[in-house]
Amino acid sequence: MTDISAPNAMGVAKQRRVDVTSAAAQARVRARYRSEARFKTYGLLALGITTVFVGVLLSDILLRGLPSFWQHRLVLDVPVAADAFGPPGKADVAAIRGGDYFPITKAALANAIPGIESRSAEKQLNRLLSTGAPDELRERLAANPALIGKTVKVPLLLSDDADLYFKGGETAIVKRAPRGIATPSGVNGEITVLTASNDFSDELITIKRALAAAAARTQFESNRLLKSPDKANQTRGTELAAEAKNLSTRAELSRGEEVLDDKVPSVLIEINGGLVKANKLGDSSITGEVLLPLKSTAEAKPADWKIVTFVTPEANRKVTDQEVAFLERLRSNGAVENVFNWRFFTAGDSREPELAGVRGALVGTALTLFVTLILCLPIGVGAAVYLEEFAPKNRFTDLVEVNINNLAAVPSIVFGLLGLAVFLNFFGLPRSAPLVGGLVLALLVLPTIIIAGRAALRSVPPSIKEAALGVGASHQQAIFHHVLPLAMPGIMTGTIIGMAHALGETAPLLMIGMIAFIVDVPQSFVESATVMPVQIYLWSDLPEKAFQAKTAGAIIVLLGFLFLMNGMAIWLRKRFERRW
Amino acid sequence: MDAQVATSTHTVPRMTAGVGAKVVARDCNVFYGEKHAIKMLNVDIPDRSVTSFIGPSGCGKSTFLRCINRMNDTIPICRVTGTINIDNRDIYDPSLDVVQLRARVGMVFQKPNPFPKSIYDNVAYGPRIHGLAQSKAEMDEIVMTSLEKAGLLKEVKDRLLESGTGLSGGQQQRLCIARAIAVSPEVILMDEPCSALDPIATAKIEELIDELRSNYCIIIVTHSMQQAARVSQRTAFFHLGTLVEEGETSQIFTNPQDKRTQDYITGRFG
Ligand SMILES: Nc1ncnc2c1ncn2[C@@H]1O[C@H](COP(=O)(O)OP(=O)(O)O)[C@@H](O)[C@H]1O
Ligand SMILES: [Mg+2]
Repeated sequence: MTDISAPNAMGVAKQRRVDVTSAAAQARVRARYRSEARFKTYGLLALGITTVFVGVLLSDILLRGLPSFWQHRLVLDVPVAADAFGPPGKADVAAIRGGDYFPITKAALANAIPGIESRSAEKQLNRLLSTGAPDELRERLAANPALIGKTVKVPLLLSDDADLYFKGGETAIVKRAPRGIATPSGVNGEITVLTASNDFSDELITIKRALAAAAARTQFESNRLLKSPDKANQTRGTELAAEAKNLSTRAELSRGEEVLDDKVPSVLIEINGGLVKANKLGDSSITGEVLLPLKSTAEAKPADWKIVTFVTPEANRKVTDQEVAFLERLRSNGAVENVFNWRFFTAGDSREPELAGVRGALVGTALTLFVTLILCLPIGVGAAVYLEEFAPKNRFTDLVEVNINNLAAVPSIVFGLLGLAVFLNFFGLPRSAPLVGGLVLALLVLPTIIIAGRAALRSVPPSIKEAALGVGASHQQAIFHHVLPLAMPGIMTGTIIGMAHALGETAPLLMIGMIAFIVDVPQSFVESATVMPVQIYLWSDLPEKAFQAKTAGAIIVLLGFLFLMNGMAIWLRKRFERRW
Repeated sequence: MDAQVATSTHTVPRMTAGVGAKVVARDCNVFYGEKHAIKMLNVDIPDRSVTSFIGPSGCGKSTFLRCINRMNDTIPICRVTGTINIDNRDIYDPSLDVVQLRARVGMVFQKPNPFPKSIYDNVAYGPRIHGLAQSKAEMDEIVMTSLEKAGLLKEVKDRLLESGTGLSGGQQQRLCIARAIAVSPEVILMDEPCSALDPIATAKIEELIDELRSNYCIIIVTHSMQQAARVSQRTAFFHLGTLVEEGETSQIFTNPQDKRTQDYITGRFG
């Protein structure tokens, strides 16, 4: 009879009411408002900082990576000799595919820039093209052998350095109109150009300044090295000291001809349709070699010739003056086009940046994640259902549960070691294969799926299960007909997030050898393959500058996939979300 | 069989034992772990009538109700002793299949809990898993008659394929009743079926219970004494895990034998 109510003695005690008019109460209200405002500020601050970080990160990656989605090509008229692939009219596809295209592209380039005599210049001209330049031509000829013997207008891929030059940043080019009339002494080879005015004095001053700056820099570096106890550094320091002295003498020598080298800005003269690079620079004359042949030795009026400066010294860039001259000429001829770099998505890895693509890594990732998914989803969901709905509550299941939660926190490299020891060494599965990668990642993702699955199962209201049991469904029927389908969106969300996690995982894959340089796109689960994050890691390590852009480009692709997967998870959640 | 409850002093007024009684409980005890939730309960519940369980919160009404279709089996710490017979068959007999029992003893819950499926599928689920229909036509027939009996057909016949969760609360509860009667149970247990509903929906359910009475043994837990008085022929009063008094509804409300019953129905506690 405990809960039979009795009249109690309420109201005897003094009543305490909130006095809203008192100063203390108002101070309390103000303090509360202040603390709320403060809290809001902290929140906004945190949000702002994160947004800035994410923004900087994303824009940096986009800025670096987006250029790698475009590519420069030369569109040239390529004369294909009738007997290029054996006797005229008899070329078969195998001969076309296996043919030597170097003479053909060489001829095309010689047509585009005629009059090149020096061997070195010719070599540099041919080096502008990628080793993969004739790919498109080869395909066209193989598809249509009738083109042999004709001139084909076809795009030729530029080398990575040439491509980078067109993408900008190699050197600024400054052009200036002179005052005097210029006379070249020849059209090719080593020539002298005289001008009627002291047109080059400005350049001389600039060069002297550059020399003085270089001297100071070298001196500084030499001092630093001389302080070091290391023997080699000492020697190098002494060398540099001598060089610095040399540079500063050159800088101080007030007048006279200056010999230009690759450590100072290059000075060139555009005259009579050609280009001359100055080796010796005087006030009113230059001596130098012709980069692009002149049409004649005729006198040029001030309006008809120009002084050109390549601001970045030749030693500091990837492209030589000669190459810049060729590239600029090709550009002004309208032979250069900038197109979307499909090859980036259709080619496998390569040592040549302009030929490298992410297809191999994408396929490798797809195969690996497929193995992971096929293993994880059934096992993970099965384990989640069993643990959540069927397992007896005892020491053993508690232990299993604790360990699953712990597994989710194990560093991923440990899974890699496990994979190495178990899958490779014990079971003897092939190295670098998507199968093993998938197995290892499955170990990694499994705990995530189990935990997410259990949470999803738990979030299904028990009333649904009771309803099913109430009409005579067995426990198993209630789970599989009602609870599991309702938990599925949550499970899928967890799975996708787990897979996205696996998508970005590198460390465990390194352990099982998925870090090899693999050119071929993998065709099966047991072939050597690489995956996106490993590809990024590999590229980021390469010295070629063009690979830096490729790295960022691959990161963009990977991020794109991650966003896609997370977007899918959000969509699933939104689409199937239920309110009870 | 349990020393600790053998000292129980309650005398339960019995109706003519066994004759016409559908559900018979003898010396029934329920424990949740250490907690003794039902103590030495004896009751006979007649067929084709409505019996209501009343009593203050936490006195064990739901617990006992859930023993009758062994829903308590799903609670690991719950333990039941004594016997509960339906048609003279012990439902806790190990040879009896609990799933088949639940098909014979339907249940309607406090909060309407339709499956998040179509109205049709909600009703068809029970018959489907028990193989009650051989063809689509037969299934249609079962669904229609169940909805008809639950008084819902008129309201939903044009939207049978829409989700059951889209109905109003009262309609959802009638859908749950239709779902329960679709497998033709003998006993229907209702645990406060109207407590989440508005008065109009409540009136409809009460009307429905009154109609169903002629074919089923209905046991209803209710917090509303008016409801008990309106719908039930017999009433059992629970208090602190014991069945204090059970009898004709009119007798319980007009002439209770026990002081505690009297206090409860006059609103002195609860
Ligand atoms: N699942 C459970 N676990 C432990 N104790 C429970 C559980 N369900 C009910 N109880 C206890 O059993 C007693 C009876 O509960 P219940 O049958 O739900 O009361 P009523 O339905 O009459 O309000 C209460 O004291 C309650 O705390
Ligand atoms: Mg209850």
